[in-house]
Amino acid sequence: MKTKKRVTPVVSAGSLADVAFLLLIFFLVATTIQTDTGLNVLLPAWTENMESEDHEDRNVLSIIINSDNELLIEGERGKLSDLQTRTEQLILKEAESPKHAIVSLQNDNGTSYETYLAVYNEIKRGYNHIWENESLRRFGQHYDDLDKKSQVAIRKNYPLVISEVEPSTIAINQ
Amino acid sequence: MSKFKKKGKKGAPAITTASLPDIVFMLLFFFMVVTKMRDSEVMVKIQVPNASELQKLEKKSLVTHIYIGSPVEKYISKMGTAPRIQLNDQFADASQIPLFIANEKTKVTPAKLRDKMTCAMRVDKGVKMGIVTDVKTELRKIDFRKVSYLATDLGEQ
Repeated sequence: MKTKKRVTPVVSAGSLADVAFLLLIFFLVATTIQTDTGLNVLLPAWTENMESEDHEDRNVLSIIINSDNELLIEGERGKLSDLQTRTEQLILKEAESPKHAIVSLQNDNGTSYETYLAVYNEIKRGYNHIWENESLRRFGQHYDDLDKKSQVAIRKNYPLVISEVEPSTIAINQ
Repeated sequence: MSKFKKKGKKGAPAITTASLPDIVFMLLFFFMVVTKMRDSEVMVKIQVPNASELQKLEKKSLVTHIYIGSPVEKYISKMGTAPRIQLNDQFADASQIPLFIANEKTKVTPAKLRDKMTCAMRVDKGVKMGIVTDVKTELRKIDFRKVSYLATDLGEQ
């Protein structure tokens, strides 16, 4: 009788895949790829004496944030959700001088960074919205799809100017 | 009488799965490498806020990082619990920022690219603006004005 010797693998490789999957899932879950997206800002230039420049008041949207993270937009209490529409109103208010529109932002030393960034985000959102509309109107394309020169041209007409005033130190919360 | 050939045995699998662990290990090493690309250990606790108007950091080589947050557990005894600034891998004060930036600028070799450097500020959401304003003031004084506040995507609101 012929007996065929079956060569069986000494170590079964089936469980190796399970171990590898477990390790992979561990690394996927336990570690994070760090965030690399952010809000790009251009800080205002530094001048020795920070006097507030009084342009015509109608072109300045003044926003003040106090240490309780409350907003004062043009002297009245405001909500974060209103900020985008207020920004757009400011820019589009005078058809001939959106180039002079300035957003003046003042925070307190005790304001939380999260609120500050949320305010900045809303201002930027307003401007992005306007740039997008302008881009569709002039070039028929989305603002992100434009080349650099066209984007610069649009931004020249609607410049994003945020003047930041020295923060007040009315309340210092540690 | 016909002979029945017994084919009861489930034979060897048609697809050899011996290469499956290899593929999985490749993925594993990829993730191990990608998630460890921080050059310095972050010694402060940071949870970045959310924002929607985000743009990617353009060139990693032109980015310097500043971290602001409260120190992690093992540094609390030395540094306290108030928010601190971390530059590269050391705690620092706002007054040391000009020197730090000057050092970082020398690491960027084509000199005309130095104007395109940006500063990525990774700040914990609970930090008060006092310390952030100090950092910003120092950056403005040395005319290093391109800054990116790092944040995670809010998604569609």
